[in-house]
Amino acid sequence: MKWILSLTEAKTCGSQEVGGKARALADLTAAGFPVPRALCLTVAAYGRFVRQTGLRQRIAMELGRKDPGEMRWEELWDASLRIRNLFLTTPWPPGMERRFRQEVEAYFGAKALVVRSSAPCEDSAAASFAGLHESIVNVRGTSALLDAVRKVWASLWSDRALLYRQELKLNVHGSAMAVLIQELACGEKSGVAFSQSPSKPGTLVIESVWGLNQGLVDGDIEPDHWELQRDDLTALRHRPAQREKLLQPIGGQVAAAPLDKWQMGTAPLNAQEVRQVAKLALHLEDFFGNPQDVEWTWQGKHLWLLQSRPVTARQNAGNDDQRGWYLSLHRSMENLQNLRRRLEQEILPGMEAAAAGLSCIPPESLTDSQLAEEIIRRRGILADWEEVYRTECIPMAHGVRLFGEFYNDTLHPADPFEFVHLLENAGMRAVQRNRRWLELAMAIKTDSEIQTDFFKDAKLTGPLQERLEELAEETGLEKNVLRGMLNRMAQTAGFKPAAREPQNAKHLQKEYLARFPQEDRERAAEYLELGRASYRLRDDDNLSLDRIRRQVAAAEGEARRRLALAATSELQALLNPEKTKAGDGRQSGTHWLSSTMEIRVRQLQGQPAGPGVVTAKARVIREASDLTSFQPGEVLVCDAIDPAMTFIVPLASGIVERRGGMLIHGAIIAREYGLPCVTGIANATDIIQNGERVTVDGYLGLIVIHRD
Amino acid sequence: MEQNLESNIRQLLANQNCAVLATSENGRPYTSLIAFAASDDLRRLLFVTARATRKFSNLRQQPQVSLLLDNRKNCGEDFRDAMAVTVLGVAGEVPDAEQAERMNLFLERHPLLQEFAASPSCALLEVKVQRYILVSRFQNVMELVFES
Repeated sequence: MKWILSLTEAKTCGSQEVGGKARALADLTAAGFPVPRALCLTVAAYGRFVRQTGLRQRIAMELGRKDPGEMRWEELWDASLRIRNLFLTTPWPPGMERRFRQEVEAYFGAKALVVRSSAPCEDSAAASFAGLHESIVNVRGTSALLDAVRKVWASLWSDRALLYRQELKLNVHGSAMAVLIQELACGEKSGVAFSQSPSKPGTLVIESVWGLNQGLVDGDIEPDHWELQRDDLTALRHRPAQREKLLQPIGGQVAAAPLDKWQMGTAPLNAQEVRQVAKLALHLEDFFGNPQDVEWTWQGKHLWLLQSRPVTARQNAGNDDQRGWYLSLHRSMENLQNLRRRLEQEILPGMEAAAAGLSCIPPESLTDSQLAEEIIRRRGILADWEEVYRTECIPMAHGVRLFGEFYNDTLHPADPFEFVHLLENAGMRAVQRNRRWLELAMAIKTDSEIQTDFFKDAKLTGPLQERLEELAEETGLEKNVLRGMLNRMAQTAGFKPAAREPQNAKHLQKEYLARFPQEDRERAAEYLELGRASYRLRDDDNLSLDRIRRQVAAAEGEARRRLALAATSELQALLNPEKTKAGDGRQSGTHWLSSTMEIRVRQLQGQPAGPGVVTAKARVIREASDLTSFQPGEVLVCDAIDPAMTFIVPLASGIVERRGGMLIHGAIIAREYGLPCVTGIANATDIIQNGERVTVDGYLGLIVIHRD
Repeated sequence: MEQNLESNIRQLLANQNCAVLATSENGRPYTSLIAFAASDDLRRLLFVTARATRKFSNLRQQPQVSLLLDNRKNCGEDFRDAMAVTVLGVAGEVPDAEQAERMNLFLERHPLLQEFAASPSCALLEVKVQRYILVSRFQNVMELVFES
């Protein structure tokens, strides 16, 4: 069966064979619309590739570890990164490759190309996959083309595509896609048009940017915006953009460049060109019989039609479209660099200043009614910062992901998480804090004079006392709690903190850069720098937010203290009844069905998040007070590692966490200390009991509970 | 997951006709394929064997046995979809008083074995189950343990 088709041949196929996009372009080509020449790799070509290479089964295994419907987004991202890497590192079967080379070289010669997805259910009137799958613009040479096709195939399994298909209840495991290979129409100005505005009936919308329209589609470059009356094409409105840059093909990729001065002051389209685009959009609506969402580009005097698809029901429904959220899961370099600046220069200092401001008002000095007011005020401040944390700090995690994708796309490592090594020792505050803490423990252990003071429970003085106070302030734990832990650490025979020698980050970085040709090194360094900043900031922000939280807790603690002495209605109303004690309603790893039958968890599959294997006693941490019982060498089992917990990490021998993912806080901190870590164990803190012997297999992502 | 454990085991026992039985001959493992039937409360697995077989004499020596049954289809998806259950228990002949009832249970499940089971040279055996160990999704392992 033929699996590479011209658009003329594709016209006789259904969209189940060539995908919605290719099918539409085939019809348009036949009808004489100005569409760039293209070839289509059919759905069967994808099937042949994954069958002949065995990828089909490996994808099934990757997604089979856990029900995809139960995976958190972070876990899906990890799975899709692994799948993407499988595609990138799996060579084309020789027969397919030979055939592919012959056909594309004969058809396109040495022209620059665009590779786009064309999924069978894509671009129907009910669902739009626009932007969920990958398009690769400006591909030069057949080897690059072979790579590009595999990347587009892999995008069938991107986190956002998986989530979206799940939402539409499409069969995740049976997915396949066709691919479109088009000549690159390298326009000087480009854009989109809606023959019918999704929000304003009777109106036609055009948006346009200088250069290629990828920047517009990705939302990186603000377009000029026109609205026209549909019936007579009267211009209703033109909203000029703040024009600064354009995307253009450079080498084998697409990059942003500043606009010339005249372009900044000139709209990409003149009135006549606007009308021409509008006419094209209406013409397309007539042709297909429903409103169209059109992509076009202008090359010299020639207006090219790049693609046309129905304006979807979802676009019409406005806010119901979750696709926007899925699309936001991918952020551009520029977007993240701006976010980084905001985090470093405004948000983290802002959090620190807020906490410092609050700490100037000691709750003990307030009257009851002042204290009540202060609690409300602090909670308000915390709520505001938590919102900032959600909307701005959390998305910074995409910096690590962007670096990881870049690393894998360009270097094709066998291990899809190899890039994580380059992020380690990013200078996180938590690690610096832990270093001081461990130094103190070692000082107590080795200096007999200090030891005597310390163990005698004598009142500490001098530098020792200062360091203890400093640590108490930093961790938010009470001094006697810290002292108790230091005591235990110092008395544990053979205690040695897990802290690794700082690796030579410079050396790793040099090695990494040397793998790129000279002209790409600057870009490679930029991605690494962003990844490292993202890795570090995602940890630091927790510490800053925690400082504000502690100020709220301090005020509430004072209120609680007073209530214990005498009931005051204004304070009483503010404090929720105490949370139900741990253990209530929790299921445990040993679950009795009847008096004579018992269910036990023996081994669970999670995600490998830090390499290594250890078998040791488990310590389940549910709240801060559980920390004090932590013994050096135990396995830390928790729901999610919070800032107050990080300082016991160097005492742990392994980590098990409910939240899943390679790049969550617990996993990051575990790798900083070289600890075996498994994440994504549902109900971890309920299934595992204190004192049980557990094996943490951080290579395979397994935990084993040893009960007999 | 835990709620499904019992129903997954039930389903496997209901859908598979045969299981691999492991016995031991002076510490040396020995495996055979047997047709079995499970009791409703999952506590017993019944099977019939000729008394002259190796497995029968092994059982007389060492009644501790293990069985394995699974629903693999011999294709790549098995690694994701297949489940296997390992059974630990103690095997012995069904006492005379219970013969008729147990034999009915066995034959309901395996009517084709009527003649074989009726042969005077055969014995009806039962494994008293101590534990089921279910492996699913390649590496998830859950246990259902019966108190003795």
